[in-house]
Amino acid sequence: MGREALHDARTVRALVGSVAEEFELIGRELRIMEVCGTHTHSIARAGLRQLLPPGLRLISGPGCPVCVTPISYMDRAVALARRPDVIVATFGDLQRVPSSTSSLEVESAQGARIEIVYSARDAVELARRHPTLQVVFLGVGFETTIPTVAASLEEAEREGVENYKVLVGAKLIEPPLQVLGKDPELRIDGFLLPGHVSVIVGSGFYSFLEEHLRLPGVIVGFDPVDILMGILELTRQIAAGDPRVSNLYGRVVSRDGNRPARDLVHRFFEVVDVSWRGLGTIPNSGLAFRSGYAHRDASRIEVDLDPPVEPAGCRCGEILRGSIEPPECPLFDKGCTPMHAIGACMVSSEGTCAAWYRHERHRLAGREGVEA
Amino acid sequence: MCLAIPMKVQDRTQFDALVEWRGVSRRVGMHLCPEAEIGDFVLVHAGYAIGRVDEEEAAKTLALIEEVIGEGGE
Ligand code: SF4
Repeated sequence: MGREALHDARTVRALVGSVAEEFELIGRELRIMEVCGTHTHSIARAGLRQLLPPGLRLISGPGCPVCVTPISYMDRAVALARRPDVIVATFGDLQRVPSSTSSLEVESAQGARIEIVYSARDAVELARRHPTLQVVFLGVGFETTIPTVAASLEEAEREGVENYKVLVGAKLIEPPLQVLGKDPELRIDGFLLPGHVSVIVGSGFYSFLEEHLRLPGVIVGFDPVDILMGILELTRQIAAGDPRVSNLYGRVVSRDGNRPARDLVHRFFEVVDVSWRGLGTIPNSGLAFRSGYAHRDASRIEVDLDPPVEPAGCRCGEILRGSIEPPECPLFDKGCTPMHAIGACMVSSEGTCAAWYRHERHRLAGREGVEA
Repeated sequence: MCLAIPMKVQDRTQFDALVEWRGVSRRVGMHLCPEAEIGDFVLVHAGYAIGRVDEEEAAKTLALIEEVIGEGGE
């Protein structure tokens, strides 16, 4: 069997059949949360929701980094971009995310220096080319992306690029899983764990699922077949009453993960309480610069900030908690579309609202309303 | 944003490598993959290699899928 099997329609059908059998045996509604925004998109693109039994609910979790970034972060980014001595360097995804009164895209049209980069290393290069300005990289991301930010800082330190700074928006995945896994309204039965976060943290990291939450978790890749294999594994564990963490993405995820990457992150950052859109402040759920690296910390650059204001009517927070689906937001596909996005969950290509808009919207016509 | 793609290492120094996949070449940071060698596949995310791809494990996953489909009776 070759890798093509990962896309093969026959393989998909066979797996869907096996999942349906396990589901029958369990004989009750199942609620499985996919944590990662890239999984949300693969699921929507492949139409997996429609293939699986209706009582097997796939709930989207908080794993879209742009979506969970609170509006106060965007306010600070915009305020920094307005300073004449600052260039803001950012991944493209953040460009159109609303701040309380603006967005980076709007600021850019009004003359602020905003550069879209593909990598934090490009931001260091930008700082080298503009030694008289401060280059602020927007370091938003989970465990997958944070090591790349740490690597850019290592380069700036080693080569003495003094004008390179980072506005840290780093988030850790365990604390929100602990919160959501215990939520009595969500009643989650198991997690599809984020494949590329797991490359860094390792499969061993998730033992808390078994020990504290008594919930199964499966690490899977991003092809439809990968995801279905994961769902099948979860249903089997649920049927057997034997929650464990299984790694079905061994081609890139090891038990110990990437230790050099974690060590580099640890060199620059320490764990702190941070605020999440939709989830509020969660203890020990993010990172901040260690005091020895205060000179790299863009949050120390002085800016005027007004109190943050969320976009009126946007229910992105509830979507990130998994408590509603996008069509339950009155603005979905009315005032809010990817071209004219009101909230972060529609702006980000990984957001749940964007995934539903692109892939599920046309299927909704055939659906008897949306189950709550 | 957590998207990552496997690419093959063509050449590397301590902190930098040339990687390639299907005719697309790129320079990526190697800080996070000190052990990857020329010829290895690495997973590339946001301009850095973040891990190595284990071909043996890839084969195991495919074998597992085959087994499951076999059971599914098709
Ligand atoms: S559809 Fe738009 S307004 Fe509604 S929750 Fe999603 S992002 Fe917010």
